[in-house]
Amino acid sequence: MMTTDASSIDIAYNEEIEHPDTIAIQTFGFWIYLMSDLILFATLFATFAVLGGAYAGGPTGKELFDLPYLLVETLLLLFSSVSYGLVILAVHDSKKKNVLIGLAVTFLLGLGFVSMEINEFHGMIAEGHGPDISAFLSSFFTLVGTHGTHVTFGLIWMAVVIWQVAVKGLTSPVQSRLIRLSMFWHFLDIIWIGIFSIVYLMGVV
Amino acid sequence: MFGKLSLSAIPYDNPITMGAVGGAVLLGLAILGLITYYRKWTYLYKEWLTSLDHKKIGIMYVILALVMLLRGFADAILMRSQQAVAAGGSLGFLTPDHFDQIFSAHGSIMIVFMAMPFLVGLMNIVVPQQIGARDVAFPFMNSLSLWLTTAAALLVMVSLGYGEFSKAGWSGYAPLTEQQYSPGVGVDYWIWAFQIAGIGSTMTGINFLVTILKMRAPGMKPMRLPLFVWTTFFTMLLVIWAFPVLTVDLALLTLDRYLGMHFFTNTLGGNMMMYVNLFWTWGHPEVYIVILPAFGIFSEIVATFSGKRLFGYTSMVYATSVITILSFSVWLHHFFTMGASPNVNIFFGIATMLIAVPTGVKIFNWLFTMYRGRIKFTTPMYWTLAFIVTFAVGGSAGVMMSIPPADYVLHNSLFLIAHFHNVLIPGSLFGFFAGFYYWFPKAIGFRLNEDWGKRAFWCWLIGFYLAFIPLYVLGFMGMPRRMAHYANPAWHPYLLIAAFGAAVILLGIVFQGIQLLVSIKERRALSDPTGDPWDGRTLEWMTSSPPAVYNFPKIPIVEEVDAFMDIKEKGVAYRQPDQYNDIEMPRNSPHGFIIGALAFVFGFAMIWHVWWLAILAAVGMLFTVIMRSMDDDIYYIIPAAEVQRIENERYRQLGAIA
Repeated sequence: MMTTDASSIDIAYNEEIEHPDTIAIQTFGFWIYLMSDLILFATLFATFAVLGGAYAGGPTGKELFDLPYLLVETLLLLFSSVSYGLVILAVHDSKKKNVLIGLAVTFLLGLGFVSMEINEFHGMIAEGHGPDISAFLSSFFTLVGTHGTHVTFGLIWMAVVIWQVAVKGLTSPVQSRLIRLSMFWHFLDIIWIGIFSIVYLMGVV
Repeated sequence: MFGKLSLSAIPYDNPITMGAVGGAVLLGLAILGLITYYRKWTYLYKEWLTSLDHKKIGIMYVILALVMLLRGFADAILMRSQQAVAAGGSLGFLTPDHFDQIFSAHGSIMIVFMAMPFLVGLMNIVVPQQIGARDVAFPFMNSLSLWLTTAAALLVMVSLGYGEFSKAGWSGYAPLTEQQYSPGVGVDYWIWAFQIAGIGSTMTGINFLVTILKMRAPGMKPMRLPLFVWTTFFTMLLVIWAFPVLTVDLALLTLDRYLGMHFFTNTLGGNMMMYVNLFWTWGHPEVYIVILPAFGIFSEIVATFSGKRLFGYTSMVYATSVITILSFSVWLHHFFTMGASPNVNIFFGIATMLIAVPTGVKIFNWLFTMYRGRIKFTTPMYWTLAFIVTFAVGGSAGVMMSIPPADYVLHNSLFLIAHFHNVLIPGSLFGFFAGFYYWFPKAIGFRLNEDWGKRAFWCWLIGFYLAFIPLYVLGFMGMPRRMAHYANPAWHPYLLIAAFGAAVILLGIVFQGIQLLVSIKERRALSDPTGDPWDGRTLEWMTSSPPAVYNFPKIPIVEEVDAFMDIKEKGVAYRQPDQYNDIEMPRNSPHGFIIGALAFVFGFAMIWHVWWLAILAAVGMLFTVIMRSMDDDIYYIIPAAEVQRIENERYRQLGAIA
């Protein structure tokens, strides 16, 4: 009969186990966070599905939404995802300068998206179509605004990472942050596709 | 400048509240004074407040839970005594306004600030050790979760002495919680306390899920995990799925109250039942979140004290997974009376009844584990046995209420109150007590006195039946819940019995206090030099009591379910290895504590509409997170020589016993 003694336990215990792959664990943990965030958005979508038709005598989506404007806004965000994809490629090639250029472009595109959204909201509120007018507008502003807030936090995060890449270089912790921010950014892109289709496109049909 | 803040918000005119506030403030000052007198501030800050050690974080969670248990129980005593006297012509000693705050605080505290921290605390102490890990996946986030939860609990405590608490029940149904009907700060205290604690819980969920999936020792395959780890795993899945829904629900209510939106209002298209649906989409899984870990604890205890492997390990895992899935398909049974179509009600009724099946499987597995086992009747085992019997009664009442027509009769009556206390008290609190007694020696280093433990147990158990069985009867007699005063004299005798039961439970709590003091006094006689006081089966009993900061000097190799029993049976336990390696551990960090403190300030400022302070606190939190991310030097090395020194000491102690 084969016996297991203390020494075999020692041998099987190696360096690899002692240092779990930090980046892999952090990336996985962040993925789980994104799934919980997805449920947060799902709940907001469900709320919009229930209340989206409750105009209460106020304006409808058809009267409010300007699709060409939104198309430009959408393209800004989609292209920012492309440029972030290029950032990750540059990270793999360890080209710090390209990483910084790519991040700067992504940041500007994201900033353009948020600015356009703020402008859209501001216009609606100025015309008296604010979130306190009807349940439809409450759920519209909250769903779209929550996405916009996420993008804004993504921009703050990106600014910090740009600074870290410039000062610290592409160290392992910085790379880990770049990968997680990339997941966050693409995730927000997917959410936006949902918002654009369900809130805006279906809103004007 | 100061929003709604004013000195008149202090309830000077209420002697009961002011007495409680005075007591709390005096106690707080006494503790602060003692810390100062013994010059322990540096120790407290360096070793505890900034600690990222999962065991210390766990102990702090449990302390928080015990403190909040006392507060929640004080509320219970007030309600029971009010209802014992406020019959017929007597109005009792509490105004309806005050009574409503008390039952709202009681429910909120017991679920979110007692049960949640208690289970997260036990998980923290035990889970990493059971899977053979040195820490959780994200030690810093763990500390952050703790301090957010503490900040939220502090908000509830502050509401006692400044302003008011919600009068709308722990579930805070809209539109009662809307600005129009609840213009005071009470609902805001409730909202922000739940919101901040909920975010802490979501982070705990992510943390432990990743820990269990990624940090297991070599050989610790899924079907070798201790059952407490399994139930923690499913609980964390529930947390991740359910808490974001609460976050949204509370956020929407906040937007209604603060920005005049119309999610749940009566006017302009708002839909109040949307609130209720979302609340219970979180709320029902939440019930399982506080009960499943206790099922895991009972499973560990039954196996250990029966000296046998858990009967039906595999079916236990599958039963837990079925409960996890079903828990998302039953939320509507909390409001059958909403008036959904009969088909909808039938769907949720049947889904609810189905939950009894996996739960029954578990009960039989525990019974069969004990069958022909050599049972040791220790305090944890007492709580477990009491749970099995009592929970079966409460569960049956639940199956009754899952029948929609029966629910129409019993809805909002004391029958419901009896039912959910009859499942939650044995199902989670008894489990946490059992776990507390079971793992206390592991966390602290000595066992708790058994005699006082058993006295406390009997008081709790007898008091529980006296306090809650009469409520079933009262439910059938038609008494609604949440009554500050009632005119029907026929209810009075039963409420007197219930009040007496609460007094017996109070005696149990006093005995638990005595037990702690006696055990501290006898700590040498009760000490646990082996690290394995109960002849345990799982890996946490392999470490010393209390464990070294790194838990395992060498990560164990797992070859069986009940890994430590396997190692003991093979005769290779307690053999000192020839040499040790350097160990890398996370450095302490003050950032979690700072963010928690700022979260408290943020919540308080939002409640009292002090906008500049809220913005300042929010920016402060963001800044602290960025500061933390700038620091890449977050680990320190324990050199092999130091590990050798610590372990030599442990083996010297072990040798002294042998």
